[in-house]
Amino acid sequence: MRLWLALGLVLAALAVVSLATGAADLGVALGRDGSKAALIFWASRLPRTLAVMLTGAALAVSGVVMQQILRNRFVEPGTVGTGESAALGLLAVTLIAPAAPIWVKMAVTALAGLAGTALFLRLVRGIPPREVMLVPLAGLVWSGVLGAMVLHIGWQTDLLQLVQVWLMTGEFSGVIAGRYELLWIAGAAAALALFAADRFAILGLGEGLATGLGLKPAAVMRLGLVVVSVVTALVMATVGMVPFVGLVVPNITSRIMGDNLRRSLPVTALGGAALLLACDIAGRLVIHPYEVPVGTVLGVVGTMLFLWLLWRNPRHG
Amino acid sequence: MARRLVLPLLALGLLAATAAYLLPGLGQKWQFVLSLRATRLGGMLVVGAAIAVATVLFQTVSRNRILTPQIMGFDALFILLQTALVASLGPVGFAGLPDLAKFLAELALLVGASLLLFGTLLGRGTEDVARMILTGVILGILFRSASGFLARVLDPNEFAVVQSQVVASFSRVNASLLPWAAGLTGLAILAALRMARQLDVLALGRAPAVSLGLRHDLVLSLALILTAVLVAVATAMVGPMAFLGLIVVALARPLAGTDRHAPLIAVSILVSCLLLVLGQTLFERVLARQSPLPAVIEFAGGLVFFFLLLKGRVR
Repeated sequence: MRLWLALGLVLAALAVVSLATGAADLGVALGRDGSKAALIFWASRLPRTLAVMLTGAALAVSGVVMQQILRNRFVEPGTVGTGESAALGLLAVTLIAPAAPIWVKMAVTALAGLAGTALFLRLVRGIPPREVMLVPLAGLVWSGVLGAMVLHIGWQTDLLQLVQVWLMTGEFSGVIAGRYELLWIAGAAAALALFAADRFAILGLGEGLATGLGLKPAAVMRLGLVVVSVVTALVMATVGMVPFVGLVVPNITSRIMGDNLRRSLPVTALGGAALLLACDIAGRLVIHPYEVPVGTVLGVVGTMLFLWLLWRNPRHG
Repeated sequence: MARRLVLPLLALGLLAATAAYLLPGLGQKWQFVLSLRATRLGGMLVVGAAIAVATVLFQTVSRNRILTPQIMGFDALFILLQTALVASLGPVGFAGLPDLAKFLAELALLVGASLLLFGTLLGRGTEDVARMILTGVILGILFRSASGFLARVLDPNEFAVVQSQVVASFSRVNASLLPWAAGLTGLAILAALRMARQLDVLALGRAPAVSLGLRHDLVLSLALILTAVLVAVATAMVGPMAFLGLIVVALARPLAGTDRHAPLIAVSILVSCLLLVLGQTLFERVLARQSPLPAVIEFAGGLVFFFLLLKGRVR
């Protein structure tokens, strides 16, 4: 309970900082012209802060779901090819039907993410669960291959700018009111996973045990896959790839409060929001008034945390 | 009988491929076309040889048949060091340095850093191979992100420079650096060949090697230094190519029919150059350059690596 409170306070403080941070100085704008300050606040600062928190929470939750499905702590949607295959789908639909309405693009992106992840699940089925390091390794190589395809198609079609700036490195500088609302659906999908938290916890015990406890593992797995790919696709299409949030936050939460997902999943969501918001603020401050994309900041912070997790606790993967 | 024919046959094949790349369709402006093609060809030969030998050495050091130095993040480290050098000297100071001094400074940094990092990693993690590789892959991502980060902090415009290093291509071979790169690669290969017998012993593992009278740590460090030099040359010439070495050495081992280093190194170099020259000829002439060769090799190599992992070769 205390963890809840502490994380909530941290997140609130971060949100206030985020609302006050940006290229334009709100105080100065306020002194000169109140309506301009209000415009900046309502059209840019508030949507951005909300988008970051939604994304962080949704990604952290989908990381947990992925880890339960694969029964491996060191995976997340970004490292098993979900992100890259969603990017492939988005690229394909952008090329084939550029005029398609946004919901069609979303659907195609989500379906592609789903297909890529399902294929990976089939391919790694032969690896026994105790080979802890092999699944994330195979996942990273798999996403590398898919990512190379995305890069290559982008190169061929003169879309490399779009691919590298928009898809491969997530950033929130483009978020304004009217451009981020799809993330609420990602938040809703993650909330759905919160309600099914106990099922995912049981699924993580293994198919045999889960069946014995009266659960249909295949159905829960399908639900999990849908949640993960919807969240990934929406995040991918709105802000681009945001790596490692779904990996490090669940691991740290489970280290502190164990694996009772009903209790720990909301904390994980809060933690994901806080981590992503902190990284986003850092990215905004380093070369103020310019920005470093949050994907790049996370590439540094997230990998360091990952390495720490990898070497700190070798026995209980 | 066939073993003895492997080297001459490969050499003949390489010669034929070289001719097929250089000569057809020269046309009116043949001097210009020939010099352009010769530069690219030189780049391919140097890079092919460097990557092949680096991979053989690295597989011996790590005692693992599916690793390449690039999978473990060597080239990413090189790019990070390059970026860090720009950041510390400033774009102007950096551009003021002569090409060669710059390259040598980067090289020295890479050798130091890789000895520190991979020396400890390889000395420590051999009992859990998968974790060691995973660490290397993650380190690679860390280095790449860190250089992206540095480039943005340095100057938003510099960002494009680092980004352009992400994709490998033979059309960016720098003709003025080519002789130096060729010289360095040649020296490193000679050194590796001279060490071949020690490397044979090194491949047995630490305890047997020490009991056979090998100065294990010294030879291991030397092999790592040579690997770093070769990777730096290849990365500086054409950019990162993670999986070429994997394919090449996997092909060369059965062809050489032995794990002794002297023949293995020779066969690997020939296979690697042959693969690159043939592939490039095919792509430039037959397929009219629809896709750059490195991208195709990376894609195929990535898939090969993935399935090797799944088949459990790593365990």
